[in-house]
Amino acid sequence: MKKRSLVPIVYILFLMLPIYFLVSMSFKTTNEILAGFSLFPKTFTLASYKTIFTDPTWYWGYINSILYVTLNTVLSVAVALPAAYAFSRYRFLGDKQLFFWLLTNRMAPAAVFALPFFQLYQSIGLFDTPLGVALSHTLFNVPLAVWILEGFMRGIPKELDETAYVDGYSFPRFFTRIFLPNIKAGVGVAAFFCFMFSWVEMLLAKTLTAVDAKPIAAVMTRTASSAGYELGLLAAAGTLTIIPGAIVIWFVRNYIARGFAMGRV
Amino acid sequence: MRTENQRAWLFVLPVLALVAFNALMPMMTVVNYSVQETFGDNRFFWQGLDWFEQILRSDRFHAALGRQFLFTAIILLIEVPLGIAVALSMPRKGIWVPVCLVLMALPMLIPWNVVGSMWNIFTLPKVGMLGYFMNDVLGIRYDMTQDPLAAWITVVVMDVWHWTSLVVLLCYAGLVSIPDAYYQAAKIDGASAWSVFRYIQLPKMKTVLTIAVLLRFMDSFNIYTEPFVLTGGGPGNSTTLLSIDLVKIALGQFDLGPAAAMSLIYFAITLLVSWVFYVVMTKDDQG
Repeated sequence: MKKRSLVPIVYILFLMLPIYFLVSMSFKTTNEILAGFSLFPKTFTLASYKTIFTDPTWYWGYINSILYVTLNTVLSVAVALPAAYAFSRYRFLGDKQLFFWLLTNRMAPAAVFALPFFQLYQSIGLFDTPLGVALSHTLFNVPLAVWILEGFMRGIPKELDETAYVDGYSFPRFFTRIFLPNIKAGVGVAAFFCFMFSWVEMLLAKTLTAVDAKPIAAVMTRTASSAGYELGLLAAAGTLTIIPGAIVIWFVRNYIARGFAMGRV
Repeated sequence: MRTENQRAWLFVLPVLALVAFNALMPMMTVVNYSVQETFGDNRFFWQGLDWFEQILRSDRFHAALGRQFLFTAIILLIEVPLGIAVALSMPRKGIWVPVCLVLMALPMLIPWNVVGSMWNIFTLPKVGMLGYFMNDVLGIRYDMTQDPLAAWITVVVMDVWHWTSLVVLLCYAGLVSIPDAYYQAAKIDGASAWSVFRYIQLPKMKTVLTIAVLLRFMDSFNIYTEPFVLTGGGPGNSTTLLSIDLVKIALGQFDLGPAAAMSLIYFAITLLVSWVFYVVMTKDDQG
């Protein structure tokens, strides 16, 4: 038993090393970083964080990112709920084909869509808006949300629906009052995944924004090239991008294993 | 089980509209470009299938495709067994379970460009932890910007760092669903650790492993941001994977026709291989 627990410990250590390196760098000055590697900061400084929280281009990067990620999560889960219900409860013409076609969009390389998306969103006036980025991310998040929710809904016996109808519930009332509370975990997990994939995706987010809706990643790239190579600032900005994910994952920690299996265990 | 109901289409309609808007219209644009030639003045000339022929015959495409398959094969061969091994040795219950799961999931929640630049600095000689350790402590010459092999190893290690946890979490979900009675029965029968794995744990992990392999294949085949930020495709073209090459052609050189043709070929390969994986891994279920 002792020997066995060594494997996860070593694995987690390996995962934490680069993260620790990033976090420790964010508390150093750029000069200290460039002087050579050291395990702990010699002169502990919060200057980089202060810059980020006081400079509007920096903190607006975070606000923009959180805006489109939230929009995308709400949108994806909202449209995926009825669709997943249909797939889990009914057979209809072309259902299998439709389900597979949805999943193929999860397989499409984002690089393929970069240029046509740029043109499409520019022509409908959504270029450089959080809504535009949120809409573009539904390409891969809606199929994923449908897939996860369908897995969770399939685990709910159909008798629940039938009993509710016998009891005189209308469909919308049944869906919101009885069905949704039963798949709470599934909704949480689906929302978590939409949040995660929208938060980490950068190619489309950067292609579809210029000035107003610029995500934090684009701010980081710009700073890296224009203000020399401010490593301390870059490290602090990077550290701050880990925090939203860490907060969100804490909420779903009890469902995370089942969630990653898309409800299919 | 499920009842026949054509009105279910109404439920699917919002999803259909949204995904069609995002997938069909850009796809039509790509198809449109792939058969035409333009000189940037918004006039287009019919080109037929010339671009497809050009791409399929070009050495550059073959090289990028070869690197892409090599990369995907390597990371699947490392991440899947490693993921299974870690999942098998994790505790099944107790306070350490959520802590382990959250820590393991952390790399997956970092924006991809941050992952790339984080590893870039991590490997810098002198400055970065890994670069310092290799060059100054171990005395092994390690410089990603000069040595293609070092660049490849770094890209692979970065992906293992980034995504192995996906395999771990999926396998773990499969493992915890095995009732204790199975293990007790195996113990009474005197089964070896290997037979427990082969006849109890592996079959239970089959569905989740299928999902893991499919997701890892798709995502590693489409990978762009992390290696691009880490190495920029270099040194030379040594780590230029398919997506990096595609973006270079489309947004760098603005060769829309060849880029569009390449996009379609690329997408077709992803679909085809995913489908083959899916059929092979689920074919026993029918029997």
